[in-house]
Amino acid sequence: MFAVVRDLIRYNAEFAIGLVLVTIMVLFACLSFFSPVDPTMIYMAIPDMPPSSQYWFGTNSRGQDMFWQLSFALRNTLTFGIIVALLSRVLSITIGLVSGYLGGWVDRVLMFINDIFVAVPPFPVLVLFYFVMRSGLNTYTLALIMATLGWAYDARLIRSVALSLKHREFTRHARFSGMSTPQVLLQEHLPYVMPIIFSTAMANMIWSIGMEVTLAVLGFTNINIPTIGTTLYWANNHSAMVVGTWWWIAIPVVLIVLTFIGLFLLAVSMNEYIDPRSRLRRMGA
Amino acid sequence: MSTLLDVKDVSKHFTMGGLLSRKVVRAVESASLSLSVEKPEIFTIIGESGSGKTTLARMILGLELPSSGEISFRGKTVSHRVGRKERLQFMANVQPVFQNPFEAFNPLKRIDRYLESTAKRFLKRSDRAGLEQAMDGALQKVGLSLAEVKGRYPHEMSGGQLQRAAIARALIPNPPLLVADEPVSMVDASLRMSIVNLLKSLRDDLGVSVIYITHDLATAYYISNRLIIMQRGQIVEMGDARAVLDNPEHPYSRLLKASVLSTEDAGSGKLGTDPGMVALAGELVGQSGRLVDRPDGRLVRVY
Amino acid sequence: MSEDLLKVEGLKAYYQMNYFGVQREVRAVDDITMSVRKNEIYGIAGESSSGKTSFIKVLAAAIRPPMRIVAGSVKYDFKGLAMDVATATPAQIEAARWKHLSYIMQGSMSVLNPVRRIGKTFEDFAQKPLGLRGDAFRQRVLGHLDRLKLRPDVLNAYPHELSGGMRQRVTIGLATVCHPEFVIADEPTTALDVVVQKEVLALIREIQQEMGSSVVFVTHDMSVHANMTDRVGIIYAGRLVEEGPTRQMFFAPRHPYTAHLVASLPRIGDTTQRPALEGRPPNLANPPQGCRFHPRCPLVVDKCKSEVPPLITVANDHRSACWRWQDVEPLVNPQAGHGVPA
Repeated sequence: MFAVVRDLIRYNAEFAIGLVLVTIMVLFACLSFFSPVDPTMIYMAIPDMPPSSQYWFGTNSRGQDMFWQLSFALRNTLTFGIIVALLSRVLSITIGLVSGYLGGWVDRVLMFINDIFVAVPPFPVLVLFYFVMRSGLNTYTLALIMATLGWAYDARLIRSVALSLKHREFTRHARFSGMSTPQVLLQEHLPYVMPIIFSTAMANMIWSIGMEVTLAVLGFTNINIPTIGTTLYWANNHSAMVVGTWWWIAIPVVLIVLTFIGLFLLAVSMNEYIDPRSRLRRMGA
Repeated sequence: MSTLLDVKDVSKHFTMGGLLSRKVVRAVESASLSLSVEKPEIFTIIGESGSGKTTLARMILGLELPSSGEISFRGKTVSHRVGRKERLQFMANVQPVFQNPFEAFNPLKRIDRYLESTAKRFLKRSDRAGLEQAMDGALQKVGLSLAEVKGRYPHEMSGGQLQRAAIARALIPNPPLLVADEPVSMVDASLRMSIVNLLKSLRDDLGVSVIYITHDLATAYYISNRLIIMQRGQIVEMGDARAVLDNPEHPYSRLLKASVLSTEDAGSGKLGTDPGMVALAGELVGQSGRLVDRPDGRLVRVY
Repeated sequence: MSEDLLKVEGLKAYYQMNYFGVQREVRAVDDITMSVRKNEIYGIAGESSSGKTSFIKVLAAAIRPPMRIVAGSVKYDFKGLAMDVATATPAQIEAARWKHLSYIMQGSMSVLNPVRRIGKTFEDFAQKPLGLRGDAFRQRVLGHLDRLKLRPDVLNAYPHELSGGMRQRVTIGLATVCHPEFVIADEPTTALDVVVQKEVLALIREIQQEMGSSVVFVTHDMSVHANMTDRVGIIYAGRLVEEGPTRQMFFAPRHPYTAHLVASLPRIGDTTQRPALEGRPPNLANPPQGCRFHPRCPLVVDKCKSEVPPLITVANDHRSACWRWQDVEPLVNPQAGHGVPA
């Protein structure tokens, strides 16, 4: 594993840049564990201070130190993105592989459900959930809802790969070796799906974080939990642009954009590395 | 004499197309054949693409259910839907040999994994020593050893070694029958004979019967005991391999033989096919006719 | 002896790759010298990964990275256009394509656009090189189809409406409608059934003789070579190991690899045990020292392991790269066990 990362850094600039960006963001988010201030408290510092040596990212109109505030916000946002990506990957892998491999009525039923989820627009559904759950909607429940909305496209993608794998001779060989369906799916087929899973996981994180930011900016999430989205909500609420506290908007936007770029670069380079064809070539086949 | 495999009046029809253009393809029409337990043999099914030979093989392997007729293995019907346990029991007796050795193994996985799974599942072995013994035993039968195969990936081995390993894997549960669907059509000339010779020695030395599916009359002549020739789903001629191929009687069999490229007058550039023969064989497609016995033991379809 | 249309000299074409720090150089074509004469069918035989596919890619002037020509020349002497593939400009290659240099490929389905009628495909391919339009073009194509024994209505058909044999005939038609001087046929009949295969082979031969063009015919099937070609070249591990008139190659091979290829062919009417060649073709990224066939060779001596045998003339028009060519015996007498003609 270590050697893989080292090789990737050495020979793939995209990976190196992506890794550096994501590492910086993760470290920054982790700083929140050592925060001297409670992020939910307000008027703990002088409001509306521009970035300075004392307040690196300035302070906002609510009297919060933006450095620590954004550290918490980024942690929550990243956690949210990772949970959504993980859960929706599990869903799309299971449904995609099973549907493609078993075929028949299982495939038809699963793909019918899949089509419904592809067709449902996520945004109104999320707004609806907010109105029903109100303060019950925290990072975890929102992640769960987003995950159930975000698997369908990728399940279709995985299904198409599984469909072609099903007709490869080695699948039949595995069957006649007495392997069970889960064994065939997890051990024989999963490696071929991994590149899709990695690249779509990153794309899914970008999608879910973007969605969360949109919802939060409009006030459709629990605005008391600091995230990048709620930070922007409060900034907007206090007319940060009009007042001139530009850092309240600019810094979170820069953070989220850098995170997206980092994730995107990682997705692209990992995809190339993990692809079975390039993997085989490296093995010397 | 007890029968190993009995295929009785088996037909397979596929329905193609959508609602408006429904078309029934008769892939196999009332095919019958049987193999005996006592006399292991290589039974060849010859046909061109669309002759139904692969469909017939798939039905024998239980990958496809016949539309009508019955396939029984050691007196037990296998041509109906069965549970996993029964399926595994059947698989232990009838194993396939694959077409392309490079495709038969997952390129990302070690080769011994398939052997190990087979030994675990069909021999119900779980101890390391027992498993290795079973794997090594099977590999020895095809001229390999576990030491050569263990821990290696498909790309580290030659096509010949891979095909041997695949056959060894099939031999682990000691099946009395192998079904080989075009095992040499995708491989190079230098490899072809080593596989064909291996199938031959499986029959002669281990008493394994092989159903050998091919379009190549020359290798069929070389290794098979009996054969059937199929044209568009119908068996047109059946009998002793040498007798039939030395002197084919059905017009289609004659056409096939005439189309084999010989090397006897290499360099002469003679490539003519008698158009009369092609027309005669073509006319018989779709006519039902019936199979009649001939004094030398063969069956020929007459119209 | 007629003159040469194609002259290949000392050709080396390598694949140079770099995957995440793993450098590889695959010597797919390593020092091949040969020529193809006007009006002949030259067969190329070889196993998969022997480099024969790379070789014909060079002949077809279809060189794409990571493959590149490292040394040597591939000179064509077309009417009014002489070119060396190693140095030709894209414009030159474009000018030669279809009109002078053309190919028949294996998978007819991948050549023919599935959603375009055959007639349209003919227009796409041939209108520009022929410089004909409208009725004149149509007459030319119809005349050509007639020669291929295809009915004019195939022009209105879609590829999937035709049988495999018909489709392959259409691709042959596409490749030959401009009367090219040089045609490369890459396993054109491998996917076909035996009956159709023979018809298609006969057709290619007929067309070739009518047009008087040169054909390089590639297949791994020696029995096809026996019936199709005038001369055969055997490629093993990126090198030409033997070349000669087809009849001599079958009846008096002078390289143990050729002898084996011929001997391993089973025949109806003959049940004698056929030998199998053990071992595997060498990895072209790391070929063996000396003669590349030596690890599998039954005649191997110490010299073979260290010194590369040159391709020398061993008989009239017959070249072999083997130190022990004089000791090569045909393993099976081709006249033995004559099958009863049907």
